[in-house]
Amino acid sequence: MSSSSSSLPASPPSSAPLHLAVALDGAGWHPAAWREPVARPRDLFTAGYWADLVAEAERGLLDFVTIEDSLGLQSAHFLEPDGRTDQVRGRLDAVLIAARVAPLTRHIGLVPTVVATHTEPFHISKAIATLDYVSTGRAGLRVQVTARPNEAGHFGRRTIPPFGLGDLDRPAVRELTTDLLDEAADYVDVVRRLWDSWEDDAEIRDVATGRFIDRDKLHYIDFEGKHFSVKGPSITPRPPQGQPLVSALAHEHSTGAPFRLVARSADVGYVTPHDTEQARAVVAAVRAEQDAAGRTGEPLHLFGDLVVFLDDTPAAAEDRRDRLDALAGYAYAGDARIFTGTPAQLADLLLELRADGLSGFRLRPAVLGHDLPAITRGLVPELQRRGAFRSSYQADTLRGLLGLARPANRYAAATA
Amino acid sequence: MSTSSTDKPSSTDKPLKQIHLAAHFPGVNNTTVWSAPEAGSHIEFSSFAHLARTAERAKFDFLFLAEGLRLREQGGKIHDLDVVGRPDTFTVLSALAAVTEHLGLTGTINSTFNEPYEVARQFASLDHLSGGRAAWNVVTSWDAFTGENFRRGGFLPQEERYSRAKEFLTTAHELFDSWRGDEIIADQATGTFLRDAQAGAFIHQGEQFDISGQFNVPRSPQGRPVIFQAGASDEGREFAASSADAIFSRYSKLEEGQAFYQDVKGRLARYGRRHDQLLILPAATFVLGDTDAEARELAHEVRRQQVSGATAIKYLEHVWNRDLSAYDPDGPLPDVDPIPGENTIALGRASVRQFRDPLAVAKEWRERAEAKNLSIRELVIETTTRQSFIGSPATVAETINEFVQADASDGFILVPHLTPGGLDAFADTVVPLLQERGVFRTEYAGTTLRDHLGLEHPDAEVPAGRAAS
Repeated sequence: MSSSSSSLPASPPSSAPLHLAVALDGAGWHPAAWREPVARPRDLFTAGYWADLVAEAERGLLDFVTIEDSLGLQSAHFLEPDGRTDQVRGRLDAVLIAARVAPLTRHIGLVPTVVATHTEPFHISKAIATLDYVSTGRAGLRVQVTARPNEAGHFGRRTIPPFGLGDLDRPAVRELTTDLLDEAADYVDVVRRLWDSWEDDAEIRDVATGRFIDRDKLHYIDFEGKHFSVKGPSITPRPPQGQPLVSALAHEHSTGAPFRLVARSADVGYVTPHDTEQARAVVAAVRAEQDAAGRTGEPLHLFGDLVVFLDDTPAAAEDRRDRLDALAGYAYAGDARIFTGTPAQLADLLLELRADGLSGFRLRPAVLGHDLPAITRGLVPELQRRGAFRSSYQADTLRGLLGLARPANRYAAATA
Repeated sequence: MSTSSTDKPSSTDKPLKQIHLAAHFPGVNNTTVWSAPEAGSHIEFSSFAHLARTAERAKFDFLFLAEGLRLREQGGKIHDLDVVGRPDTFTVLSALAAVTEHLGLTGTINSTFNEPYEVARQFASLDHLSGGRAAWNVVTSWDAFTGENFRRGGFLPQEERYSRAKEFLTTAHELFDSWRGDEIIADQATGTFLRDAQAGAFIHQGEQFDISGQFNVPRSPQGRPVIFQAGASDEGREFAASSADAIFSRYSKLEEGQAFYQDVKGRLARYGRRHDQLLILPAATFVLGDTDAEARELAHEVRRQQVSGATAIKYLEHVWNRDLSAYDPDGPLPDVDPIPGENTIALGRASVRQFRDPLAVAKEWRERAEAKNLSIRELVIETTTRQSFIGSPATVAETINEFVQADASDGFILVPHLTPGGLDAFADTVVPLLQERGVFRTEYAGTTLRDHLGLEHPDAEVPAGRAAS
């Protein structure tokens, strides 16, 4: 791979090939997805289920999959447990799922969710570095925070007061959410510094002097922040990609903190505009934060998140959505726009949004067993026909697939 | 456990014990020879996959990974003479589950710099993703040196490390047991996914942890991972007798092994446990040759590779607790005495605690070196542990079997000195001889690690901590 600095423009030309990721979660994103005949709800906690999903995504030449995670049971409520028994509850650790499928795949990127709020940046840094080793350069992470009081209770190290969606603009809640997101930015900073804490050529195996490493090429990171201080270096050598992919989902908020996290820390930001006007506004807002963070012109992909129901006719997709809503007992809605239609219609929409500055999309299949193959076997060929998607994998690493150069080591640069 | 058709009666009527064998991935100490031409990567996944596949081909019980959470330092500098760097334990074990079918996957995870909810999630997930092959070697630490990498820093007084470890393990068991295993119905017709909205509910209030809520990983195939314990102190033995399924011990010599075995197994009754509910598995190294004489020669060569001149000086510094870099490893021992008191030269190393009286150790070593005319390097080679088993495949198979039948252990965790091929010859030459004797399985009889080790599923016992809420 080229080591020159990336020339990915801040806003990709409207003809640039799209990047596509798929977000994996349980049986799919619709709460009644598990009730579809094509779903395999009894297999959700087996390796084979996840291996099949990722193999299907790789068959479609997708850039990467993300894997959802949380430190508590899923809930349909904003921050509280919901006590429901009619939806999928329970999940496996996302990093371990990614590691389990890594040796079974060859090209696709693996991007598990990691929760920064109660966990150790030292552990996560070496875990993702190791995922990069076991996948030979295809690892990333999606950083997430949690403001759920019940999840704080699982750790017993801090108390998070309960609040509701309507409280988001209260000063105390603004302070809490900003603090959680700023902690996550520090967390990513530590994770990244630990990845760089070994220079690439630190292992020398010099038999003459008996030295296995050149210790001058290992670096203390000496990070001190509000929530943690971390000495370093990592126990794990610098991973194959140098810096595995960092991504985060961000919604518009008056504090600007979510966009600031993406602008300061991420290689890929997931955003949730519902139309082209919102897309333009979101892209402008993140780019402004990027400038403010001193990263002007540095590569930062912005992916649009969409929930998708894909069928051969628009009516079939809408019928399926209605049927699932009826099974769930309510009309499913979330942060992201819900698309129902044909693969060709979705291709139209993605290309339209690309013109507003989105360089890729993270699709959330409503029903994984149905909509994931519809993406790989319907949408992907449609985009290929339009010259908007790759026809084969042409890079060996996730950064390579996304046109991101392998970064220089910050510590090596300082001592060179 | 497998039975064999070739069982032959021993001299007594006691039935032959079945041997348990495991593969320890070569560690970050001078047992591991990285300087040999055939020494491969210690970090690439292919090395881990090679060792795991060799172990599975040989029908071993499990693969074992150690862990340390801060790079070793000596004299304030990162130690550079041994292998440095290793992967994250959970991540590499989960990946190994993809390239093996039967092999148990044992990870060393620290109870000081982790939280029970997260570790329980990771082990339960690993057990699901491996189809019931996860094991946890519970280790403790307290030092502020390692703590500098973590949120809490060095928060734990040394005397509290076992109380934290015990409470950590108890809490993890409460989390594992918070799902019974019958909660997920996933009935697509009726729309009932969970039988019980309270699945995973737990409350733990203790000195170390005050946590409650709902665990979010359903019960895994083994119920709980197999629990290993590694400390040899009195507290560690008691901890193992009360709570562990197996001990990773360091006693690979016959008499000391028998003494340890008797001592620990003797503690089990106090906790209402049977002898076969705790396996004693010492770490063991080996050198094979076509003949015993050839193996002895090879063993000496390996010892020289393991103890370079620079390594000998560093080793001496552990005792002397001072900078000895000016001394010639091929010359006599230092004439200065060790600096008494807390060891400040080798931070974060448990091994320095074995030298309780450095002045006496130094005196004894000087006398021995003078009597035998040994240089620093020669003395260190002679003093430090030689390989546990040296000989032809027949000799090594015989010795291992004698150890196990004489109740010095229930088997061994073998530590090859070469990565990744250091177990290949053992698998090809020693294992078939053990199989011929009818003391080692020729096929896996079960699918889980509990099956391989002959341990009951925890559901056979009374579930402990399902809290009402």
